[in-house]
Amino acid sequence: MSFNCLKSLLLTLNLFSKSIFLTLFLVSFSAIALAETTLVAVAANFGQPMAEISGAFKKATGHSAKLSLGSSGKFVAQFESGAPFEVFLSADNEKPLKLEHAGLTVPGSRFTYAVGKLALWSATAGLVDGQGQILDKGGFKHLALADPKLAPYGAAAIEVMKNKGLLKKLQPLFVEGENIAQTHQFVRTGNAELGFLALSQIIDNGKIITGSGWIVPENLHSPILQDAVLLKTGEKNPAASALLQFLKSPEALAIIEKYGYGLPKSK
Amino acid sequence: MLTPADIETLLLTFKVASLATALMLLLGTPLAWWLARTRSGWKGIINAVVALPLVLPPTVLGFYLLVLMGPAGAVGKITTWLGLGSLPFTFAGLVIASVLYSMPFVVQPLQASFTSIGAQPLEAAATLRAGPLDTFFSIVVPLAKPGFMTGAILGFAHTVGEFGVVLMVGGNIPDKTRVVSVQIYNHVEALEYSEAHWLAGCLLVFSFSVLLVLYTVLKTQPVAHPLK
Repeated sequence: MSFNCLKSLLLTLNLFSKSIFLTLFLVSFSAIALAETTLVAVAANFGQPMAEISGAFKKATGHSAKLSLGSSGKFVAQFESGAPFEVFLSADNEKPLKLEHAGLTVPGSRFTYAVGKLALWSATAGLVDGQGQILDKGGFKHLALADPKLAPYGAAAIEVMKNKGLLKKLQPLFVEGENIAQTHQFVRTGNAELGFLALSQIIDNGKIITGSGWIVPENLHSPILQDAVLLKTGEKNPAASALLQFLKSPEALAIIEKYGYGLPKSK
Repeated sequence: MLTPADIETLLLTFKVASLATALMLLLGTPLAWWLARTRSGWKGIINAVVALPLVLPPTVLGFYLLVLMGPAGAVGKITTWLGLGSLPFTFAGLVIASVLYSMPFVVQPLQASFTSIGAQPLEAAATLRAGPLDTFFSIVVPLAKPGFMTGAILGFAHTVGEFGVVLMVGGNIPDKTRVVSVQIYNHVEALEYSEAHWLAGCLLVFSFSVLLVLYTVLKTQPVAHPLK
């Protein structure tokens, strides 16, 4: 009797462990099946926050995102030539729209993920005042900005100077970086005394790190909208659409804000 | 078609390249002569330094020139002290950067032809009581003519094609530092492909003609660069 009892107990245990094993196996298998990798083209100015976001994305979803940093214009040329990127985080809102018209994106996937903030910055402490009156006063030889034709931060800088009626006066002092990162180099190395940069380049934990700066009020230029879009190549990759969803999550938005970007107005 | 702004960049590019080539011949000739004749232990080191721009990525070279020539850099401090201001974003700065960048293309062919002349013609000239300068201009220059031609053409062509260095130290200022390679790059970045094609076509025709002259009229041996 007791033997039979033991036997049935063992059998039950055996079945139980088997089912646990099977469950574990299925769970791990499905996790493997779900964990995809997506290839993301990221505008250079958004590199740092995106690296942190992709870390959080991996923790939250198991998917991973491989990031390639570059200038948005070059990326567009590469997409048109069949580059394997699946998600595009542009530095502006024109290029994603252009890609959409060219039929290279998944319709309805385009949205603003961050709003750029413009700052006038100098590596020298005390040079740039809190109202940006230095632009009026002068006393500097070079004013750096990103090429307004190529970079939205450059175009915004031009608008600011136009609105202040200073464009004509300041134009001869312009030195243009090919992108906002290079513009930062010009100012950081002191070759240009001051320049219009992205706030995200000079901020750490909500404060301007060194030198002196003026955060340009947003009413002086049209908003610098940075749009993301799902490319046709990523239509069938769950990781690609998951990443775009994740960019709208509170967790990602907190990171975006921490790096000196404004948040898109919720629609 | 080419816009007036495009033509401006072409003219500026040729201006930079001509000036840089003249400077490179002026500075490169004594340097190449010394390298060809010396038995000093420094020869290897100087040879390596001259050849460095062949190996370093141009943007790397450009970035360090930006730092060095900037107001906080060693060269920048000297030029500021001399009352010249700092060099980045100026035409002069661009010419100087080009000289550094293209120097091996001038020095190496010159050094090769000076070496191939050998000691004999020089000794013969000395026995005829020719002074060192006389010897150099009456014997060495005519004998080393292919070296001068090759050096000048390669130095000029290489300066026309430079991009990374200018991008770093130039600042994209019309009429001062916006050269043709930067303009093509900007056109592509702005998705203005047809403008880019036109300018790139001009550059292609130019480069091909230069190399054609080099290899047919001057009968230079076709090598990537005349490192010897």
